[in-house]
Amino acid sequence: MLFEFSDEHGELRRTVRNFLEKESDENRVRELMASEQGHDLTCWGRMAEELGIVGLIVAERHGGAGFGMVELAIVAEEMGRVLLCAPFLASAVLASSALELAADEAAQNEILPKLAAGKAIGTLAFSEAASPWDLSGIAMAAESSGGKFRLSGEKIYVLDGHTANEILVAARIDGELALFRVAADASGLVRAVQPPLDPTRKLAALRFERTPATRISVGDVSDRLERALERAIVALAAEQVGGAQRVLETATDFAKTRFQFGRPIGSFQVIKHQCADMLVEVELARSAVYNAAFASEEDPESASIAAQMAKSYCSDAYLHVANRNIQIHGGMGFTWEHSAHLYFKRAKASELLFGTPSFHRERMATALGFGAH
Amino acid sequence: MNESELRACTRKLLADVNPDAKGDQRIPFRGAQFDHGLAWVSFPEGLGGLGLAPKLQTIVQDELHKGAETYFEDMYINPIGIGMAAPVVLAYGKVEGKRELLRRIFTGEEIWCQLFSEPSAGSDLAGLAARAVRDGDDWILNGQKVWTTLAHISKWGLLVARTNPDVPKHDGLSYFMLDMQAPGVEVRPLYQITGEAEFNEVFLNDVRIPPEHMLGEEGQGWKVAIATLMNERVALGGGASRKGGGPIAILLELLQGADGQRSKFEDALLRDRVAKLYIESELLRLTGIRAKAARHSNVIGPEGSVGKLAQAEIGKAIWECCADVLGPDALVYEHGYELRQGRTSSTDSKLHAKYNLLRSRAYSIEGGTSEIMRNILGERVLGLPGEPRVDKDVPWKEVPRS
Repeated sequence: MLFEFSDEHGELRRTVRNFLEKESDENRVRELMASEQGHDLTCWGRMAEELGIVGLIVAERHGGAGFGMVELAIVAEEMGRVLLCAPFLASAVLASSALELAADEAAQNEILPKLAAGKAIGTLAFSEAASPWDLSGIAMAAESSGGKFRLSGEKIYVLDGHTANEILVAARIDGELALFRVAADASGLVRAVQPPLDPTRKLAALRFERTPATRISVGDVSDRLERALERAIVALAAEQVGGAQRVLETATDFAKTRFQFGRPIGSFQVIKHQCADMLVEVELARSAVYNAAFASEEDPESASIAAQMAKSYCSDAYLHVANRNIQIHGGMGFTWEHSAHLYFKRAKASELLFGTPSFHRERMATALGFGAH
Repeated sequence: MNESELRACTRKLLADVNPDAKGDQRIPFRGAQFDHGLAWVSFPEGLGGLGLAPKLQTIVQDELHKGAETYFEDMYINPIGIGMAAPVVLAYGKVEGKRELLRRIFTGEEIWCQLFSEPSAGSDLAGLAARAVRDGDDWILNGQKVWTTLAHISKWGLLVARTNPDVPKHDGLSYFMLDMQAPGVEVRPLYQITGEAEFNEVFLNDVRIPPEHMLGEEGQGWKVAIATLMNERVALGGGASRKGGGPIAILLELLQGADGQRSKFEDALLRDRVAKLYIESELLRLTGIRAKAARHSNVIGPEGSVGKLAQAEIGKAIWECCADVLGPDALVYEHGYELRQGRTSSTDSKLHAKYNLLRSRAYSIEGGTSEIMRNILGERVLGLPGEPRVDKDVPWKEVPRS
């Protein structure tokens, strides 16, 4: 049933929150965001082993927990809340979904258990400068000779692309979109960190020059990769809700304790009303994410629309609240020392990642036939 | 009485009295429903109820839906009488013949209205100035009330007046039931932004009220008023609309019909705005469903509190957008502004949208302004401190007022 969460869902949320509050506090986030790697493999291993959330949405036959989008939304929300620095979106969501939905059985059997166990980090390289988020615009084409493939060109904004050791690439062969696997040490592959606006999520540019690749899919995978991307979009929107909720709490707590003109600033309506507006946006954003999560399980037809609604609304909402949080904190909110900028950077980068709000609104409007004569 | 006995009892009522008699025959049927204790099952026996748990009322409604062709919504028959007056009369009424009074509320023979707001007391209701002064045992009332729906057809009004101006504002109020036909009560239509009068103004000049028409005790008016308003919340707590229904459906319809007189850029901007509003109204609907699901599992979060504010703001924005989709055509207002009573309804989407551009200005004012809603969200949900109060612990008559 729509929006009916079970006791197990509550337990999952509590377990993940308890773990993350200890293992991903602000100090830890600051350490990891300053590192080039950007995550802690020991912690990642514990998330796989102790919590079983690295293989959360990987099928049980591939060593995962076999959960669905509702559980994914809960976990991603908690991660977004603490700005967890981990390859969750890249490996546990995007790469795992691409493999599960678009790869052949052999590749699934070989790679998914490693990803689910946290023994390898996966990523999906699909964005190109000319068409960063629209899969139909992917131009990179594989050369093929004697059943061997080689890739040339550049993929950008590759999540954890500099550290991943299971690199999946979306490229064309005879016009069809296919999924390729490239070894991390393959010849002609140059990986360069792209200094990220949001230092808690690392990006890399991957340059290929006649780099050997293995095709791991059959037929055109455009639709299947689109579904994989959709899962990542919903997970990202859930992260946004978690972050927005945390920001609302931070701003509200500050407004209760910060005194100016002899009274807490939260007693001024100009501050109070901003907090109320933040609350409204956070609650609508939460409905958007849970709707998308439930829709993907109960109403696949409307799942794409629900994902577009979630990504566009949650992006706007997170950015608004992160922005207001800085303003409510005044000068303090502009300092490096305060957490406000970490959330602002995450909010802005998440808004841009996988397509801006207007990009998704346009897709939704087209799908729903708005204004078509 | 258990559920199945209650069902049987309702079926017996339907068998004994024809619910579908023609004309104004709802009165005998609803009267019989009252006499059977099926009007409000939670009320005491003999006063329209059976002393049962309130939630069992749904059993009665369910059987009535199944067994009668004509089903009269309580809120249609006598919204303020049934929604607000009945529980208050039951709890606080001292008048003789309470049973008959409640019965006529339920049948709709006597319509009720609510005389709370005043020209000088809107959001700050407790600051109201209508004055009731003792004259022997009676009270003499003077003042003015406003935004009184149904006053022109009401027999009774629920009224709050100031009986003691020398104490702080909340402490000096008393609650009355006012005979709207009493000498000195004058009801005038209040014309609004659309030229229509959905509401009235009520002028009170030396109106005499007998002591048994006070509900609760002298000085208890605020407490009784709060109880009334709680009932109003329960009464007005509506269900979620269906997917794609309501104002947003009109906006999409108008967008569909818009001809290509806009530039590419103007079109793109408008389309994005419509998409945004579509998402917002869909999320508002979903948040209502989420609040219901949360109530169902007894985990009540803030999702239930944001509805009024969000609905008001999104609703206004949708009707504004409709006018922009219509473009220059919205320069023409076919309804005209002839002053008249009642409320315009229109089956033509274009005319409906033009009307609602104006009518929707009230969304963020009526039933609690958006500013008051933000205060409530800020203070009660987020726990932010209140504003310092300059009118607290000060006799009402010393509080500055406009």
